[in-house]
Amino acid sequence: MAANKKGKIVQGERFAELRLEQVSRSFAGHVALDRLDLTISSGEFVALLGPSGCGKSTALNCLAGLLPLTGGSIWLDSKRIDTIPPEKRGFGMVFQNYALFPHMSVRRNIAFGLKMRKTPKAEATRRVDEAIKLVQLQEHAHKLPGQLSGGQQQRVAIARAIVFEPSIVAMDEPLSNLDAKLRLEMRTEIRRLHQSLGLTTVYVTHDQEEALSLADRLVLLRDGVVQQIGTPEEVYTQPKNRYVAGFMGYRNMLEFAVERELNGQAVLNGPGVHVAGVVRDNLVGGRAIAAIRPEDLVVGTVGENQLSVVVEVVEYHGREQSVQGRLGDGESVFFRTDKRLAPGDQVMLSVPTERVLLFSTEAAAAPAELVT
Amino acid sequence: MAAATGVRASGGATPSLRHRLAERGIDRHLWLLLPGVAFILLLFVYPFLYGLQLSFRPLKGGGVFANYKTFFSDSYLRDTIWITLKLGVPAAVLNVAASIPIAYTMRRWRRGRRTLTALLVVPITLGTVLTAEGLLNYVGPAGWFNKVLRNLHLVKDSVPLLHNYWGVFLSLVITGFPFAFLLISAYLSGIDPVLERAASTLGAGGWQRFRHVTFPLLAPGVAITFCLSFVLAFSVFPSAQLVGNPAGSTHVISIAAYHAALEQYDYPLGSAIAMVMAAVMLVIIGIVLLWRNTLYKGSSGGKG
Repeated sequence: MAANKKGKIVQGERFAELRLEQVSRSFAGHVALDRLDLTISSGEFVALLGPSGCGKSTALNCLAGLLPLTGGSIWLDSKRIDTIPPEKRGFGMVFQNYALFPHMSVRRNIAFGLKMRKTPKAEATRRVDEAIKLVQLQEHAHKLPGQLSGGQQQRVAIARAIVFEPSIVAMDEPLSNLDAKLRLEMRTEIRRLHQSLGLTTVYVTHDQEEALSLADRLVLLRDGVVQQIGTPEEVYTQPKNRYVAGFMGYRNMLEFAVERELNGQAVLNGPGVHVAGVVRDNLVGGRAIAAIRPEDLVVGTVGENQLSVVVEVVEYHGREQSVQGRLGDGESVFFRTDKRLAPGDQVMLSVPTERVLLFSTEAAAAPAELVT
Repeated sequence: MAAATGVRASGGATPSLRHRLAERGIDRHLWLLLPGVAFILLLFVYPFLYGLQLSFRPLKGGGVFANYKTFFSDSYLRDTIWITLKLGVPAAVLNVAASIPIAYTMRRWRRGRRTLTALLVVPITLGTVLTAEGLLNYVGPAGWFNKVLRNLHLVKDSVPLLHNYWGVFLSLVITGFPFAFLLISAYLSGIDPVLERAASTLGAGGWQRFRHVTFPLLAPGVAITFCLSFVLAFSVFPSAQLVGNPAGSTHVISIAAYHAALEQYDYPLGSAIAMVMAAVMLVIIGIVLLWRNTLYKGSSGGKG
């Protein structure tokens, strides 16, 4: 990826790749991050994704030097950096709660990193001006952070983290304190900044939509262990295991008996159910889990795959409705439809075979092996 | 329009008044202030005003300001101001200045913090008299301190730390430091530690983080702590008597007031000296608060 295409501000320390090797961190016996291996090339936007407690923030803090590692190493090309204190690492960091210095104006907050580096005054002024312009805060430059809205504060935090040309920008859930509308705006803003400056960015979030829309590559974590690393498309369409599938929007996880398996596909049977899908796992024990997105299910008998459900709850969402139904064996099925349905209705659902992913029922044990 | 408001006013004058008052925070809960207000009026404002008017009614006549003239014309009395300032200001400065690095370092401690805090608080609970007694035993000519120094052949006779300036100064530090330390610790705990972490990712080393981030946010608290420490030290009395030289180098202003009021039975002169004492304290506190006014005093949480 060609970094700094139009980069005026960021020309920081050049490097080819950042390598995390077997990076681990434990807290009083509890393993928060377990042997993370990750190589990030210059200019890349990598998102660490997972629910709270999955180790993503730990990984970011280890990377930024705010947490010492308990194992492994971090390399910037051939330079080992995990023993360098954060102030010498030169990584920019954006914090979840912004962490702006409340006693300094927007301008002084942004200038802080340059001041610490003893950048000549004229150059510092020029760069701060550029950064302020970049995040569109010209009118607020002399205000204190307390006088700004959440979105403006986060823009200051971003400007502050990139103004000194860091080799890497680490962002720790930067949008989670903003309301839905601002979150979308800031997401676009971050994407725009990344595209125009070519900043190597490591972004932590629990929001898969945010990760999918921003990142070049996703790292899915669970209980400190990597589940899958891949492009948004790979992770979205080819989740490696049941857990990743569940996290990426495969809300229906339905367990049925395997009727037959052939050429990477299998057919499952259940009461009122006949579903063929793509096998993504070693199916053992004669049963399998079918992962299906609610939006992939359609009402009606299209093709061979059929699920007979009784409608239980209908939520009105404007253009369509979100429906919860129940299968013959009592399992819940979530789907979306623009047809008017009422609780108690008996409907037939269909789904294209390539949209059904089949996982082993024992997938819960799999993650540790998947790392290697 | 006018008619409409008239109708409303006559229709429900009472609730609307109540609402208007409530909007300004005036409601029945204010009665809860009564005990506190009564306490301040009876035990502070009244005695103070009584003393103030008493100070203008000298026993021996000579005009309204005779007592003040006496105080400022008698160098033995006048010098008490400097003697007390010379004790109080350095003691307060030392207590605050020593508290800051210790509290700052201890902020990162997980274990042992409670024990050390408890240990530091003990001198406050003991009171000045017991501290003075301890000093008499410990740093006196026959105390451990001088014994050790003598046995190590560091001194020939003994270091004079009692019945002079240093005895009182030591006592002020022993009783004043824990107080300053507790206040500074409390102010420090109000500063979000994530700010220093942010500063470190921006390239600030340990000293720069303190200098540019933590100290500016702590400074208003430092000002208040200094004021309170100073007031505590300036009104020094028991230790000036017990471990000082109350007739000479530690003839502090409170001793002068006590002497006038309760040994010479000249209450008005005693009151006048107390008023001078109050004025000096107010001047020092005023200067510090003026400086504090120039500082950032808003929230010091991470959100800014």
